[in-house]
Amino acid sequence: MDWTMLTPVLPEIFLSVWAMVLLLVGVYLPSKQAFTQVQVLTGVGLVVALMLVIDQFLLQLPMWGFPRLADGSGPMVVMDGFAVYTKVFILLGALGAVALAGPFLQHKNIAKPEYGVLILLSVVGMGLLTSAYDLLTLYIGLEMMSFSLYILAAFERDNPKASEAALKYFVLGALSSGLLLYGMSLFYGIAGATDFGSIQQALASLAAPGANLTVAVALVLILVGLVFKVSAVPFHMWTPDVYEGAPTPVTAFMAVVPKLAAFAILIRVLYAPLIDLLPDWQMILALLAVLTMAGGAFLAIVQTNLKRLLAYSSIAHVGFVLVGLATGTVEGVAGALFYLVVYGVMTLGTFGCLLLLHHRGMYLEDIKDLAGLGKQAPLLSVALLIFLFSLAGVPPLAGFFAKFYVFQAAVAADLTWLAIVGVGCSVVAAVYSLKLIKILFFEDGKPLIDPVMPRLLRAMVTLMALITVGLGILPNTLAVAAQQAAQSLF
Amino acid sequence: MIDYPILSILTFLPILGALVVLLVKSQDEAVQNRNARHVALWISLGNLLLAGVMLSSFSISTSAMQMVEQHAWLPAFNINYHLGVDGISVLFVVLTALLTPICIAVSWNSITSRVKQYLAAFLALEGCVIGVFCALDFVLFYVFWEAMLIPMFLIIGIWGGENRVYATLKFFLYTFAGSVLMLVAMLYLYNASGGSFDIQNLAGLELALLEQKWLWLALFAAFAVKVPMWPFHTWLPDAHVQAPTAGSVILAGILLKMGAYGFLRFSIPILPDASEFFTPLIYTLSVVGIIYAALVAFVQTDVKKMIAYSSVSHMGFVTLGIFAATEDAVSGAIMQMVNHGIVSSALFMLVGVVYDRLHTRDLAKFGGLVQPMPIFAAVMMIFTLASVALPGTNSFVGEFLILSGSYEVAQWPTVLATTGVVLGALYMLWLYRKMVMGVPQAQVAKLTDMTTRERMMFVPLIILVFYLGLVPNPTLKLMQPSVEKLLDEYHDCTCGGDW
Repeated sequence: MDWTMLTPVLPEIFLSVWAMVLLLVGVYLPSKQAFTQVQVLTGVGLVVALMLVIDQFLLQLPMWGFPRLADGSGPMVVMDGFAVYTKVFILLGALGAVALAGPFLQHKNIAKPEYGVLILLSVVGMGLLTSAYDLLTLYIGLEMMSFSLYILAAFERDNPKASEAALKYFVLGALSSGLLLYGMSLFYGIAGATDFGSIQQALASLAAPGANLTVAVALVLILVGLVFKVSAVPFHMWTPDVYEGAPTPVTAFMAVVPKLAAFAILIRVLYAPLIDLLPDWQMILALLAVLTMAGGAFLAIVQTNLKRLLAYSSIAHVGFVLVGLATGTVEGVAGALFYLVVYGVMTLGTFGCLLLLHHRGMYLEDIKDLAGLGKQAPLLSVALLIFLFSLAGVPPLAGFFAKFYVFQAAVAADLTWLAIVGVGCSVVAAVYSLKLIKILFFEDGKPLIDPVMPRLLRAMVTLMALITVGLGILPNTLAVAAQQAAQSLF
Repeated sequence: MIDYPILSILTFLPILGALVVLLVKSQDEAVQNRNARHVALWISLGNLLLAGVMLSSFSISTSAMQMVEQHAWLPAFNINYHLGVDGISVLFVVLTALLTPICIAVSWNSITSRVKQYLAAFLALEGCVIGVFCALDFVLFYVFWEAMLIPMFLIIGIWGGENRVYATLKFFLYTFAGSVLMLVAMLYLYNASGGSFDIQNLAGLELALLEQKWLWLALFAAFAVKVPMWPFHTWLPDAHVQAPTAGSVILAGILLKMGAYGFLRFSIPILPDASEFFTPLIYTLSVVGIIYAALVAFVQTDVKKMIAYSSVSHMGFVTLGIFAATEDAVSGAIMQMVNHGIVSSALFMLVGVVYDRLHTRDLAKFGGLVQPMPIFAAVMMIFTLASVALPGTNSFVGEFLILSGSYEVAQWPTVLATTGVVLGALYMLWLYRKMVMGVPQAQVAKLTDMTTRERMMFVPLIILVFYLGLVPNPTLKLMQPSVEKLLDEYHDCTCGGDW
């Protein structure tokens, strides 16, 4: 057996083994320490995986793995610049989410070692997703990610809301997986193979692939299955309920990391096997982007629950990322990749703030409860202010350059109308940020919050705020990285 | 010549100063506030001094950008950190540096809560506004232009009057909505020019008339809201009335100038044909704005609102002058922007002086201020007359140049605009009579006159009123080469002809 074909999935192999080890460790440690120790070990595992990814990055890229045919063609996984970029930020995001989780889970009495294990397993799924080059790898990765998330959503199992959220997530997720499988089977029928290269060739050999009914149906089914995972309107219904019901650290994780992974596979599918169908999916994506930006922004304004508000806000941001995807250009993909990372930083920071807003384990969730926080906890409020203005896309914060990047790509790809709709929606999206800032700073009140804040959590929020400002002032490095990652797809 | 990056220092000294002010700490809150005020005042005075140094080394013999700094900032998009000043922008940099210490002095006693944050917001605002006037890269300009909204939003929202939340949200959303269209126009220009955000490069760009028209309208949305031109002015009275005095001063004195500056820096050089095409539109909106706002100002009972509407009216002259595009008119417009920055700031400060004592802005509650406050009455007289453009004051120079310059190319709009001068005199003198003359009511009679601090704030402004009014030539010379260049290029590009 040729062992080198394992190299591209080395980080995933390591993480799977590590997750098994942690399961055992969790069992053998006394239950009081188990959670903290496993959290730390989860972090260690993620860091090691990160180093493995970087190590691969230094080798010759792209690397192909698991060839299905004797001549080496039909690989099932690929490790290229795109995979490296997304994996690095998935691992970093997961690390951030793990760092945020401790105090909340302890307050809610659900601090169990399984938490870290489940995070690791879903990261394995995501890692597979980002380097999937075959419909089977795609499906396995997607399900591995999703199943861990279903369990994580129900982690606070005595809370009926969490169970409801998880069930809803599971049922709808299963539905979308079904649609995806339908689409995949149709593509298998067209190409006679499941790897992306063969599918692309099969589609290229058709005279007018878009006019072929089977292709069209398959395309739509695959798209619906995937945009469900990124929660684009009108496939977003599950998002607010799940975000609200799931424990907050899980929500933070779900809002950032799986979103990045789901976008990674969406980009991969659209730009590798389906690139010849660009004229057919471009309009679909543009319309989805418009619906998502507008829907998320308008619905966020009327929310009163913080987590629901952030759910709709994340939907609006998905819309902006879709603008980048709809362009069909390197710049558009680069913009989307840049946007996702910036979005992840802002979102982790915002959730970090949310996790600090509690009094003896009672977490504030109603936006009215924040009134007067500007006076009560000035530093925390300033951090929140930075995240909110950045979410609204006000320069000189990172959120501005993210929007700048995708809109630039849209204008360059002759989708100026989409950019105009986009900036319009970003004004609407500014409203909910301003509404929150208004409550924080302009209204009087005495929010009940513990003055003593966990050090790790505080450090995370500070770090995210600094990155948000820093990426706004010096965005070049990330922009170049995103560009190179996108380039490797073309 | 200056061999250090003076424009960067002018921009970032206040922004760093804002951080320093936030770090001022003391057990005793009164001490802490006092220290913070001193730190902020000295930082802003230092910046004023620097602005003076910059002005003194500014050469009036060239139309090129001076004190240029250029570094790659975001090479992936060919975005540069590119600063420079010419005759059009240099005055606004100095004006900003002048008004900020005055603003800090204005709020010395009237702001008592969250003093550090307040001062930090002002310094950050100063830095951003100076950045706007110095930026020669469109993205850099946009970043400063939008970033400035954050401190202003907080200043009105936290330290404003009773209806501040509504006012500040309206302010932010109006300006934000206007500016995002500018973002799209900017990206379009970037792609059309083959990848450049350099303002001077973009000026040489050849664009089809249809493209120009759309781009012009997108930029117009941003600038017209900021000026504000009728009918995009409705955010202004609310923002002015609710803002703390210093907020109104900075809003009227500087932020309104950014819109008109945008027309001069972007619309006219980059989109000359469209500017020519839309000149009648600007004339119409300016004239309607001048007359309408003057009439509306007449019926206000809130003094601040009245001065806010007078700002709309006065800025109408500025836009009229800019788009008349004769040398006199454009110089007059720039002059008038500076004048308005001085005079309306002073008027808002005067209202603030009374407000600090009486806690009302209702015109009916005033009357007879001359008896308890003779110095106040005298200062108010000076600025009232400056506002109605009495010869010898600065506004006369500006308005006269605008009107005589515009008359050459646009008789009827100019004639109609001139009625605005008459109306302006009417409502300002009426305001003066209602406020200062007459028999004082009981609580007015008990008032004390202006303190030394308050008097000192007005001294530089009074000097400028008469200096610019009596010796306008050095200032006009300062802007002449740049204005000439702007107009030469503009008239070369356009086919000319009457509208």
